[in-house]
Amino acid sequence: MVAVQSSISNLKSLIGEITDPEVPVITIAELGILREVKDENGKIVVTITPTYSGCPAMKAIENEIAEVLKANSIESFEVKYTYSPAWTTDWLNDNAKEKLRAYGIAPPEKTSSDKSVLSIHAKEKTCPRCKSTNTEMISAFGSTACKALYRCKNCREPFDYFKCH
Amino acid sequence: MENNNHLLEYCLRLADTSLILGQRLGEWCGHGPILEEDIALTNIALDCIGQARGFYTYVAEVEGINKTEDDYAYLRDEREFRNLLIVEQANGDFGQTILRQFFVSVFQFYFFAELKNSKDKTIAALTEKSLKEVTYHLRHSSAWVIRLGDGTEESKRRMMNAVDELWSYTGDMFDMDATDEALIKEGIAVDTKKIKPLWEAKVKEVFAEATLVVPENIFMMSGSREGKHTEYFGYILAEMQSLHRSHPGAQW
Repeated sequence: MVAVQSSISNLKSLIGEITDPEVPVITIAELGILREVKDENGKIVVTITPTYSGCPAMKAIENEIAEVLKANSIESFEVKYTYSPAWTTDWLNDNAKEKLRAYGIAPPEKTSSDKSVLSIHAKEKTCPRCKSTNTEMISAFGSTACKALYRCKNCREPFDYFKCH
Repeated sequence: MENNNHLLEYCLRLADTSLILGQRLGEWCGHGPILEEDIALTNIALDCIGQARGFYTYVAEVEGINKTEDDYAYLRDEREFRNLLIVEQANGDFGQTILRQFFVSVFQFYFFAELKNSKDKTIAALTEKSLKEVTYHLRHSSAWVIRLGDGTEESKRRMMNAVDELWSYTGDMFDMDATDEALIKEGIAVDTKKIKPLWEAKVKEVFAEATLVVPENIFMMSGSREGKHTEYFGYILAEMQSLHRSHPGAQW
């Protein structure tokens, strides 16, 4: 039993190291996409949750999970989806946010419970390159469902903003 | 058993509404007036289709006869679809698409905010997730309704036309039948009588800022709950289903 426990936690950390296909600097564990790994009568059940309902990266993540399991000689497994609790950017810790910033994506600045995120007048975001707050939104929707597009008026560079969700 | 049928019907309505709106918005792919809005409309479409997939998967589970989400989307005919009439309306120009989105997003915003407390755990979870996305859609479409309504003479004229075109399909969103009533009693469904004043107040507020006039005493179309559709619907299905029907079982 102890051996089973340790192999499950080992599997969980291996699966957790899979990086997001769209944002390859952070892992699915850091994003909170990976919810649970457990042994159900010899079958490994991996539960993941989508960031956005239609996130097209989910299929790629599912395939990568299957690869990791097969590489560890596990043939009996299932990848399940869960929608509750609903994914939120509040699950990103400071370390993950710093990785996003270093990659050139401004991390979410507020918590999802902050009502100002509902305002149609977007707040200014901090440029991930030069740290200026003299920025403006170019597009509320960006290259993926989880991002919006901004421009820094100081260093003149455009940048992605990871939307608070 | 009867309540199971009601649950099936209710979830099908939710799934079909999201799917058809997603399909309509997807028609904008590559045709948006500016790149940012092309991306916006298709991103919203993606959210809608994701929401539909979640509900179809649940419908399949409730029905329990080994159907998949594809069976519902691709292998049903017009009268079997239960989407709200407004989502199948023509895209028209960008203003009309945005106004349709605004009307639906306001509705979904208040409707999902209630439905996330549903006693049905799956509906509650899917809805709570969808609500976050809808909140963003609402923010986006409200900003555009204001910008276009209170914009140039041309943009205002187009928005007024869009209001004329779409208003009579807004009443259908609030219609209820035996399915709604049975599930409201169970604490599963939303009483749209509670949603209507909220919807009206929000539309009034945004229209005031957009200098648009809220129509009064307009005849309202109805029928989505019985699978009745407008003329547009057959064309949508023809396009959406043709690949799957020509190549049964086709997979992406």
